[in-house]
Amino acid sequence: MKLNFQVEGGNFAKAGAASSEVKKMLKQLGVPPMIIRRIVVALYEAEVNIVAHAQQGVISVDLHHDKVEIELRDKGPGIQDISRAMQEGFSTASEEVRAMGFGAGMGLPNIKKNADKLHIESQVGEGTTVYITNYFAKP
Amino acid sequence: MRQEAAERKNQTKNNLDRMDVKDVQQALELKIFGGEKGLSREVTNGYVSDLLSDVMGNAREGMAWITLQTHLNVMAIASLKDLAAVILVNGNRPEEDMLEKANEEDIPVLGTNLSTFEIAGKLYQLINS
Repeated sequence: MKLNFQVEGGNFAKAGAASSEVKKMLKQLGVPPMIIRRIVVALYEAEVNIVAHAQQGVISVDLHHDKVEIELRDKGPGIQDISRAMQEGFSTASEEVRAMGFGAGMGLPNIKKNADKLHIESQVGEGTTVYITNYFAKP
Repeated sequence: MRQEAAERKNQTKNNLDRMDVKDVQQALELKIFGGEKGLSREVTNGYVSDLLSDVMGNAREGMAWITLQTHLNVMAIASLKDLAAVILVNGNRPEEDMLEKANEEDIPVLGTNLSTFEIAGKLYQLINS
């Protein structure tokens, strides 16, 4: 089963809509709550990254019987140095985004902690694609 | 009302110290802004932070979250993390869309005129008493 979501850059009112939908879906499928929480934390942070940094993005969620594969593809500034961006505390978020309580440089580390597999591809000036895979039972 | 509270207290004792949002709300004299249907959610612990990613990363299911943030995204996080309730400090009120979301998700949004320091101390004492 495949779900697609559009994400609008700058629209914080809709940030989390995809995560919320995916949570409901996983609950219906009977995935254990602990595993659902890991998936939605990773997805929410990645979703907020698109809202905070990019112009727009598409999230595809591919549900298998034993795992979920998520792809978040955005048109945006891209990430210059991915390993630096992965460091806790590193952030390029705007003042406005920080005032909301985001942009503390914890988003990507949170994704890494909660994803079973994480892969990031980025082209400066074009955009970033984040791939997250989580298993419903520990592999 | 007083009798109801007394009964509730007895019930709580009988339930091996199970504390729900209503117990916390009454004990700490918190305002209820919305999400009333969630007042029976169990409170297991508390968390204090105004950084949303910190809550996302470190808060645990069933916690009451003390914060000064009053926007919609607070409820997204409370819902995704299965938190018990949100407590707003310093007399802050939730923004309209935050309140709507609280009612949708049945997660109580409570409020106090006390500061974060004071209300966190009281909640800590209550939970560990």
